[in-house]
Amino acid sequence: MSTSYRVDWRRRLTDRSMTVVVTGCFVAAMVPLVWLLGTVVTKGLARFDWTFFTSSMRGIVGDGGGALHAIWGTVLITAATVAISVPIGVATAIYLTEYGSGWLPRLIRFLVQVLTGLPSIVAGLFIYALVVILAGPGARSGVAGALALSLLMTPVVITSAEQMLRLVPTSVREAAIGLGAAKHAIVATIILPHAASGILAGVMLGVCRIIGETAPLLLVAGFTDAMNSSIFDSRMATLPVYIYSQWQNKGADLAAYDNRAWTAALVLIGLVLIFNLTSRLITHRFAPAAQGVGD
Amino acid sequence: MTDTTVTTAATPTVSSSRRLAIESMSAYYGDVQALADISLTIEPHTITAFIGPSGCGKSTLLRTINRMHETAPHAKVAGSIRLDGVDLYGANVDPVAVRRKIGMVFQRPNPFLTMSIRDNVLAGLKLQHRKVSKTHGDDITEMSLRAANLWDSVKDRLNKPGSSLSGGQQQRLCIARVIAVEPDVILMDEPCSALDPISTAAIEDLMINLRRDYTVVIVTHNMQQARRVSDRTAFFTVAGAGEPGRLIECGSTEQIFSHPVHQATADYVGGRFG
Amino acid sequence: MTTLAFTSTLSRPERATAATVRGAVAGAGLLVTVVLIGVGAFLAVAGWPGLTASSSELPLGASNFWALAAPLVFGSVWSAVLAVLIAVPAAVGVALYVTWFAPRAVAGFLAALVDVLAAVPSVVYGLWGLMALAPGLAPVYAWLGEHLGWFPLFAGQPSATGRTIATGALVLAIMIMPIIAAMCREVFQRTPRASIEAAQGLGATRWEVIRLAVLPFARGGIICGAMLGLGRALGETMAIAMVVSPAPFLIGFSVITSANPNTVAAFIAQVFPEAHDVEVSALIGLGLAMFLITFIVNACARRVARIYGEPR
Repeated sequence: MSTSYRVDWRRRLTDRSMTVVVTGCFVAAMVPLVWLLGTVVTKGLARFDWTFFTSSMRGIVGDGGGALHAIWGTVLITAATVAISVPIGVATAIYLTEYGSGWLPRLIRFLVQVLTGLPSIVAGLFIYALVVILAGPGARSGVAGALALSLLMTPVVITSAEQMLRLVPTSVREAAIGLGAAKHAIVATIILPHAASGILAGVMLGVCRIIGETAPLLLVAGFTDAMNSSIFDSRMATLPVYIYSQWQNKGADLAAYDNRAWTAALVLIGLVLIFNLTSRLITHRFAPAAQGVGD
Repeated sequence: MTDTTVTTAATPTVSSSRRLAIESMSAYYGDVQALADISLTIEPHTITAFIGPSGCGKSTLLRTINRMHETAPHAKVAGSIRLDGVDLYGANVDPVAVRRKIGMVFQRPNPFLTMSIRDNVLAGLKLQHRKVSKTHGDDITEMSLRAANLWDSVKDRLNKPGSSLSGGQQQRLCIARVIAVEPDVILMDEPCSALDPISTAAIEDLMINLRRDYTVVIVTHNMQQARRVSDRTAFFTVAGAGEPGRLIECGSTEQIFSHPVHQATADYVGGRFG
Repeated sequence: MTTLAFTSTLSRPERATAATVRGAVAGAGLLVTVVLIGVGAFLAVAGWPGLTASSSELPLGASNFWALAAPLVFGSVWSAVLAVLIAVPAAVGVALYVTWFAPRAVAGFLAALVDVLAAVPSVVYGLWGLMALAPGLAPVYAWLGEHLGWFPLFAGQPSATGRTIATGALVLAIMIMPIIAAMCREVFQRTPRASIEAAQGLGATRWEVIRLAVLPFARGGIICGAMLGLGRALGETMAIAMVVSPAPFLIGFSVITSANPNTVAAFIAQVFPEAHDVEVSALIGLGLAMFLITFIVNACARRVARIYGEPR
């Protein structure tokens, strides 16, 4: 009786067909990505011109105009969001890992988990209701948008920063404790520098999440055709809301509005990808530093 | 277990090395008792070795001396440790202040990897918010690295990262880092267990020099090492898993290794144990 | 022994700094706590008038709050469930491909490519779903309506524009697939080596190894990923608001007609800019209801994760 080293044909067939199915799944999942990026790039290039980046929509009906005001609004609101959520988020993460004990850290972790799943439009509603009380109905401003986005970004920053702070090896902490360092000095001199790149990568991913947010900004920052450089005063346009409104409030020249929306989408995807890739690069570049040799 | 008294006046050194009196010390991790009722005096300007099988609590006792033990989650202690009469566990004593007088060298070399050699030496001062001028910093760096027998091999690369050194050199850098903050007592938790024999010999020579200026306590699992470097030896043991560690006897190293009082000590130092 | 061995406390400025830092970080923690609890409490208070509003005060002239809310909650759940049903098998396939089938050298790159899908802003998905995907699917719907019209899902007059809840769910599925795939990838990678080698030692083919060792181990992770995806799909606003053409108060299971159930989030985004007074309260009440639903779904996801000992 000869020994066969071949798996019987039925098992081999199953194996082959499942390979085809799984590979097919992956290819199918790539179809929308390629289709979407292809559409955005081809249609977006139509208005990817100097005017688009240098003018607003003030007084524009039909062709021409640009998204300078929306790009500027996105930059300002994103910067304000980072300025609010990063200090609070990192400080809270330090509290959770280095200082907290008892019920408060447990409560904070629970609430942060809850908030991580907060639908963005609900964040917008909350800030809207708050602004109505403080500034009267109908008030819209960039800072209100930044507050709503901070509600979405702070939990992300807390979670990722806490993870990074926990990665600092015990041996490094003990070295500092053994040298007679007070806790605040250890945090400032040893732990934060050690975790800085990881925290930065987390912040970048947080920015990725909020820079494309539309719904809350639609509610609380509103939309305008003109430049507005004050985040504290009146409506402020942003790129995502610009895309929505170009589609929503079309004038007679349909193509002009569609083209502007696609170009804005191209710019927005570009921004998101830049932040995403930078975050990956930081993680990749500094990953070895996260593990101490002395551990 | 009686200890002879050595007058501090007999030690004409710059640093004011002092006597440590451990009284009825017990230590816990949560509900697990790791140490039971240890009383022991550590004489100034001596090297005291803690020996005993794994789990006997010798490292835990070492970590209670500079109040590192309590940094572990749910760790507790009972008893007192006096440094020249001042209870380190007294009500108005800040553990951070204790650690400034009682430095610690760890099992594995743990230099700050992102800092240069010079910054590593000065890290303790920086962490203690002490202002150090450039020239003063240079002096402290040189003094500390010389005291740690490391100066000659690193003086040309003080700005290289601490991670560029070999394991033995890293451990000596860690000792220099402790010396720079001018402690009275230096605790060493198995400082050579991660090192090769040549580096170990270098650290042992260094310890013997350190005795001149500091009180040194070393935990070691290497009985030859205890015998080579220490003046006094304390032997600990543990009845079994989950039991607290106990001090069996403490005396001059010569006495512990040549004619121990207890049979358990004789078995352990004679290699008939564990 | 004339002097004390050491000063037992830190210097005054050092203690002050320590106290300031401690106060600052504890303050931040407390602030986060207060704000987060405030969100829930505040929404409840601001939404309350909407819950008891009369017909004349409500959007669309709904007879009462619940008549307004029920079809929208249905729409949210229906579209999210459809999305999860599409996304989970695809995500498992994608994760399996990346961990088990793709050449080692490119696996990391392919995984990153899938993550790019997650980073695309929802408004861009909305624009693409509306202007590219929907017209592309319209002929498919026409064919389905003609040949499978007897099946409840494909009943009714097929939409000519393709802006149906099926398109919306497909866009949602594309958006949540990377989230589920990332979770699956993580658990697939953590299959115990011993189980894999045990299966290989018995002469199992690659697929048999996956079926015997990998998938059983990953079940909890897949369920958890599906729940997280469901939570995300429930709260998604812009894609549905832009892609689906809604009909008021509709509860129906046909997925290919031009009259579709609307979702809570999309409804809020569409109606809010022109809403006033009690209408706003009603919308806030709707937002609160959705917050509760997503909270329950996410809590279930965490529960599943804890039962199966998965991360998060």
